[in-house]
Amino acid sequence: MTIAEIAPRLAKGAVKSEKLTEECLSQIEALNPKLNAFITVTAGAALAEARTADQEIAGGRYRGPLHGIPLSLKDLIDLKGVRTSAGSLVRADHVAGRDAVVTARLRAAGAVFVGKTNLHEFAFGTTTEDSGFGLARNPVDPSRSPGGSSGGSAIAIATGMSLGTVGTDTGGSIRIPAAACGVVGLKPEWGEISASGVVPLSRQLDHVGPLAACVADAWLQYNAMAPAARQTATMPAAAPLKGLRFGVPAGYLFDRLDADVERVVAATIATLRTAGATVTEVAIPHATDMAAVYLHLVLADAAEYHGRTLLARPQEYTPNVRLRLEMARYVLAEDYVRALRGKAVIAHEIERALHGVDALVLPSLAIPAPPLGAATMPVKGGPEAVRTLMLRCTQPFNLSGHPAISLPCGTAHGGLPIGLQLAGHKGGTAALVGAALAVERAIADAG
Amino acid sequence: MTVGEWLEWAKADAVTRDRPDLIAPLEGLAQATERLRAADWNDDPDKATPVDPDDAEAK
Repeated sequence: MTIAEIAPRLAKGAVKSEKLTEECLSQIEALNPKLNAFITVTAGAALAEARTADQEIAGGRYRGPLHGIPLSLKDLIDLKGVRTSAGSLVRADHVAGRDAVVTARLRAAGAVFVGKTNLHEFAFGTTTEDSGFGLARNPVDPSRSPGGSSGGSAIAIATGMSLGTVGTDTGGSIRIPAAACGVVGLKPEWGEISASGVVPLSRQLDHVGPLAACVADAWLQYNAMAPAARQTATMPAAAPLKGLRFGVPAGYLFDRLDADVERVVAATIATLRTAGATVTEVAIPHATDMAAVYLHLVLADAAEYHGRTLLARPQEYTPNVRLRLEMARYVLAEDYVRALRGKAVIAHEIERALHGVDALVLPSLAIPAPPLGAATMPVKGGPEAVRTLMLRCTQPFNLSGHPAISLPCGTAHGGLPIGLQLAGHKGGTAALVGAALAVERAIADAG
Repeated sequence: MTVGEWLEWAKADAVTRDRPDLIAPLEGLAQATERLRAADWNDDPDKATPVDPDDAEAK
């Protein structure tokens, strides 16, 4: 059941929030020992919030489509009175004194918070293997990573531990786990959704956004997290596929793909074309430089945030994240400035690639979910480092700030999910969601 | 400082701090830095005067 399906029944009193919340808590109790999706479960508070929601709805005070809906938060987003660990023992004793802005907005919308989800420590990784609270496992194949860094969030949606969740995305950390676990992940435009009360990785690249079971549910959460003046009462209409214009950024972003990912994404693009969409190739000339630009920015920004704590309490970081943070402290200022220039160049090029099209279409993740512990994965052209592969298709839109969404488009060997990514215009997140609704329907019809 | 000089300094510093496990990541970072420095958006004072890509009048 999706939020979009349940919300009207909650509004009518045909379904109770308390029952929904109990079902999510039961899923957590049953599956969390194996998958480790949640660091903290707030069962008592959630049930109290659910009962309040039921009373309000019964009293005619329905707040909207998130009223009474059980949600979770990535455990680097503040929830008042609850630990915000950021997946690190460094913050094991930190209790949030107030809600993050997004938490407060969701609370005002009537959401029920069932807990805080596991993540790659400080969001500084793509597999959710390096967490101070233990690694998380992919629900489709527990021997594999759920992706990351919002790995626990994606697991929560895929298994019904919560009906919606909020993650963060610095290089792909919403879209990567969404693709790996077969759910939807929306990275809004940079700056659209407040990051106040959210533990940063790189403030210039960090985005806050939803993961959900479907595009409509992602929109409902995104809309509720937006400032009040920008919230709307209506869902974007699914754009007619006939007449939609998609740009395929051929080259670098399609060069190093797993064979199944390449096949499924190509078939999905062919489906869109058959349905009447226009598909043209577009160019991002400096795509090959994106990884180097991203690396210098994220390393130096992380070094700035972690510098003092890394000196004072290094042993409390997980070994791999500590190693990367210590490496980060060697980035030279002149190279950081070169990367800032490169970021601006790439943003211009993505803006130009979007000229004359409604959205770019490409894979979300170059590979299916990798086995836990894998250092490399086989792709076209030979083995490549897992981290490099996982960031490859998503980091461009962190550098440029354009909104992007991942939605499931098929499966690889072993039933592992594959994600399709759409990237839209700045100021056009609603239009991007409209296109994604149409693509989601076309994929369902083709399947 | 060239990337090669930086890498030698960084590796020596890592060894001094008893962190030889930093050497391999630093070598990877050096490759990325080489790529960054070779990118054609970098300006040089003995070449053409830089133009702001956001300045419509300059295009």
